[in-house]
Amino acid sequence: MIRDILLIAGKDLRIEGRSRIGVAQVLPFALLVLLLFAFALDPDRGVLQAATPGLFWVTVLFASVLALQRNFGIEAEDGIIDALRLSGIAPASIYLGKVLALIVQLAALELVLVAAVAVFYNTDFHGVPLLVAIAAATTVGIAATGSIYGALAARLRSRDTILPLLILPLLAPVLISATRGSEVALRGEAGTGWSWAALLGLFAGAYLVVGAVLFSPLLEDA
Amino acid sequence: MTPSNSASDTATDSAPTGSRSALTSTSSTGSRALGAAALITVALGIVYGLIISPPDAKLGSTVRIIYLHVPTVLAAYLAFIITAVGSAMYLFKKTEFWDLLASSAAEIGVIFFAVTIIDGALWGKVTWGVFWRWEPRLTTSAVLLLMYIGYLAIRALPADPHTRATRSAIVGLVAVVNIPIVHKAVDWWRGIHQGQTVLGTVDPNMAGNQLFAMYMSMLAGILVFVWLLIHRFRVGYLTERTEDVALAEAIEARRLENVGHGG
Repeated sequence: MIRDILLIAGKDLRIEGRSRIGVAQVLPFALLVLLLFAFALDPDRGVLQAATPGLFWVTVLFASVLALQRNFGIEAEDGIIDALRLSGIAPASIYLGKVLALIVQLAALELVLVAAVAVFYNTDFHGVPLLVAIAAATTVGIAATGSIYGALAARLRSRDTILPLLILPLLAPVLISATRGSEVALRGEAGTGWSWAALLGLFAGAYLVVGAVLFSPLLEDA
Repeated sequence: MTPSNSASDTATDSAPTGSRSALTSTSSTGSRALGAAALITVALGIVYGLIISPPDAKLGSTVRIIYLHVPTVLAAYLAFIITAVGSAMYLFKKTEFWDLLASSAAEIGVIFFAVTIIDGALWGKVTWGVFWRWEPRLTTSAVLLLMYIGYLAIRALPADPHTRATRSAIVGLVAVVNIPIVHKAVDWWRGIHQGQTVLGTVDPNMAGNQLFAMYMSMLAGILVFVWLLIHRFRVGYLTERTEDVALAEAIEARRLENVGHGG
């Protein structure tokens, strides 16, 4: 099973390594959004600094939607989903492989965005262990839910509009928790922040299980 | 991949109204009795809620909005639970019954939830002076409403019945898992700032006619919901049947055409 998961994840990452859609399109888009927030919220009045955690995670969410569309768009074309089913790999392994590939891509995206926020928004980083825990749990949560809905939407003609409508309300508690937790961490008071990280971990864990269970009917019938 | 006649295969073991001849109407003796009971409780709820029950000591007559607010939110949550159960059962049983039950409940749940948010906002305008405050329950409701609008959007996409049912069942299950998490996140976020909500403080003080009006309107809300659910289910069932008939007729017409042209 581990081998199958790594195989699927490796396949997705190789496709990304060769096509560079993520690096050439999703990442520049995310940086652009960070700039747009600076234009919308005057950087001189401190609004930008105060809102940094929220803006960071909203940017991650928007970029995730694009990354999802890309990661599952490649399966939808040329009947690849049927080919995957024919490969004999268990649906749960396919799901976890897609999740893993997304986690790697989102983590890379977040690293670049952190550097961008540090430069453009002049952020001082405190409570780094808590920030890392929150980022890890959030990334797994986005990948876990995104892979369910990404696969569901991939074969629909209206996938570009239906995916954000499905995924963004689902991620509302993730945005709330990641933003509040990061605010607490940046203020340097780790204490209450860990309960946000725990809630994010619960979300990620719950949806990993849901996704592994639901991927079989999803691949076969949806 | 999926046989397009799967709906008609499973239709016979899930026929909601006994015989074929009964399918010309969505009402039955049972649903008429339920409808009558719903009407009576709604009438009692209105009389007690608007006239007999006294105004609240602090909130005055605005408290009466709660006699609509609580029943609708109660019915909406009931609807979303039914959607989740129907979705899970569909994935096990693959019968049209569970799919129709889940989707009918979701549709009514969304309407009841929208009513809850609108009357909550009206109450807010009267009590707080603003339509919207980021009050935990209103915020949670808004998120859940959008989530289930997504369910209806998936549902509205044209597909063969089995594919559409599987898609909606997956969305129905994914959505329900999120309900407690949304609650927790929003409570932690907003609850810290303003303690107990005003709507939350009304309930314990209720007594006598206020309490009776509350229970009566809650009962009315549930009865109206169940009545609507039965009818929505039957309408959905008949819709599927007309689609089957229309397809069969089209095929028949096409065949006759071929015969006419001499093959």
